[in-house]
Amino acid sequence: MKILVCISNVPDTTSKITFSADNRSFNQTGIQYIINPYDEIALARALDLAEGGKGTVTVISVGEASIDPTIRKALAAGADDAVRIDAAPKDARFVAKQIAHYAKDQGYDLILTGRESIDYNGAQVAAILGELLALPSISIAKKIDLTDNTLTVEREIEGGKEVLSLPTPAVIGTAEGVAIAKIPNMRGIMSARTKPLTVLAAEEISSLSEIIAYETPAPRGKVTLVDPGNVSQLVDLLHTQAKVI
Amino acid sequence: MSLLVYVENTDGKFKKSAFEVVSYAKAIAALTNNTVTALSIGHVAAEELTKLQKYGAEKIISADSNQLSNFINRAYAHIIADVAKQQGAQVIILSNSFSGKGLAPRVATKLDAALADGAISLPEIQGDNWTLTKSAFSAKAFAKLSLQAPIKVISLNPNAFEVQENEVSAQLETYESQIPAADLGVLIKEVVRATDKVSLPEAEIVVSAGRGLKGPENWGMIEELADVLGAATACSKPVSDADWRPHSEHVGQTGIVVSPNLYIAIGISGAIQHLAGVSSSKTIVVINKDPEAPFFKVADYGIVGDAFEIVPQLITALKAYKGQ
Repeated sequence: MKILVCISNVPDTTSKITFSADNRSFNQTGIQYIINPYDEIALARALDLAEGGKGTVTVISVGEASIDPTIRKALAAGADDAVRIDAAPKDARFVAKQIAHYAKDQGYDLILTGRESIDYNGAQVAAILGELLALPSISIAKKIDLTDNTLTVEREIEGGKEVLSLPTPAVIGTAEGVAIAKIPNMRGIMSARTKPLTVLAAEEISSLSEIIAYETPAPRGKVTLVDPGNVSQLVDLLHTQAKVI
Repeated sequence: MSLLVYVENTDGKFKKSAFEVVSYAKAIAALTNNTVTALSIGHVAAEELTKLQKYGAEKIISADSNQLSNFINRAYAHIIADVAKQQGAQVIILSNSFSGKGLAPRVATKLDAALADGAISLPEIQGDNWTLTKSAFSAKAFAKLSLQAPIKVISLNPNAFEVQENEVSAQLETYESQIPAADLGVLIKEVVRATDKVSLPEAEIVVSAGRGLKGPENWGMIEELADVLGAATACSKPVSDADWRPHSEHVGQTGIVVSPNLYIAIGISGAIQHLAGVSSSKTIVVINKDPEAPFFKVADYGIVGDAFEIVPQLITALKAYKGQ
């Protein structure tokens, strides 16, 4: 069984997000980069499914050489090999088209992505890959099991879950619950240095959309503190001032 | 030209998001001198379908067959793209719900359309170039996204656009067409839905609690408070990580991002990852015994006190208010 896991290089979750003076680009100074947390979950599940010689796990990412340390972290966690498509990722469509171009002749049984990246939050790559590769896709999976060639997947829905059954090959976007991210051990970190990381040239793809500016949320006014001995005043304020109840 | 809106239902009843997307489409139609066509997939009775008129749908198309009784994103995307072509729709609007996230990218790819994922504003329109606001960096920022293709797909965040009445009279049509077999290759084995609970992403009021509650056995008062308010319950990441509550309740940067009218945080200190998930709430109330909790810095109202004393009092005060 061949599994492909798509990973994205994103700012650490504790990062304070700021922008350039013209608000056109993200300020990268002092930012630590990590594997997108949802992609780490995807990778952990892939490694579990492939464990004991049942399959191989390849990670793929679209980015310039600066993301190699993030890819090495995925190799340290246990992936067998890695592919980097050498281009600055413009948007989800660009990334998905690059990955689809690579994956179309490779015979992967399962392609996993995180449900969304925590920087641009598109939640698009799994579904676009499904469309481009003519495969079924599930965008927000909470659980993935595989028996022979049949996947059983729990999908998040409003107020509940759906249990789906589908054949491989398929593309699935993973959410919390699928697995717990694996922390690389020393042996993994050492072996990651020599695992294959193939760099491929990117396809030319024209963009259909562009982020033209960023804004940071307006700060809220000062908090109004209510005396803990007079809780009903909070109810009054929510009714008469905030008008939310 | 018309705008095509895909409206979601649960067991034959339209979701709140259905009325939101029709209201939103009607507002865009007014800006661009267009009409609104709504597309419903699955079994929805005529009486329910005609409710969409109230929000401005001038044409309502129903795609109803046994094969479509459950959501299969590939089959639904096929129908939406097919109807968009038939109707000559250049703008397709749907909700950025859990299902919408699996649908919008497929529809956009089929139509070679530009996609605004999770829009929270009406578009600024300059010819073929539409600019919309969406949240980025897990709600730590906003991005202005410019769509530059003739065909556009917009997925609208739940609670981002208020339902607006705009009564018109609509014609009802049915969509009949063969769905390619490959698009139906997913079998739905089971649907589990808590019918008595308010859905978190769509909730107007959210009651959320954190580690300050000390253990899962203490959630009774949180559920009671949510009940009194007609609210959804939520929690912080440490709480779902400890299995005190399900992951589906985890609000934050790596969980669900919510934008309710009222967010009540109880015993949650307010780590940056949690704040990212709630920053677009209209009003935030924080109850925490630590006056230095970072959450107070982004709150509108706060009570410094012990949750185990404050919450029961709040329930009593709210019951008195509701009883008036």
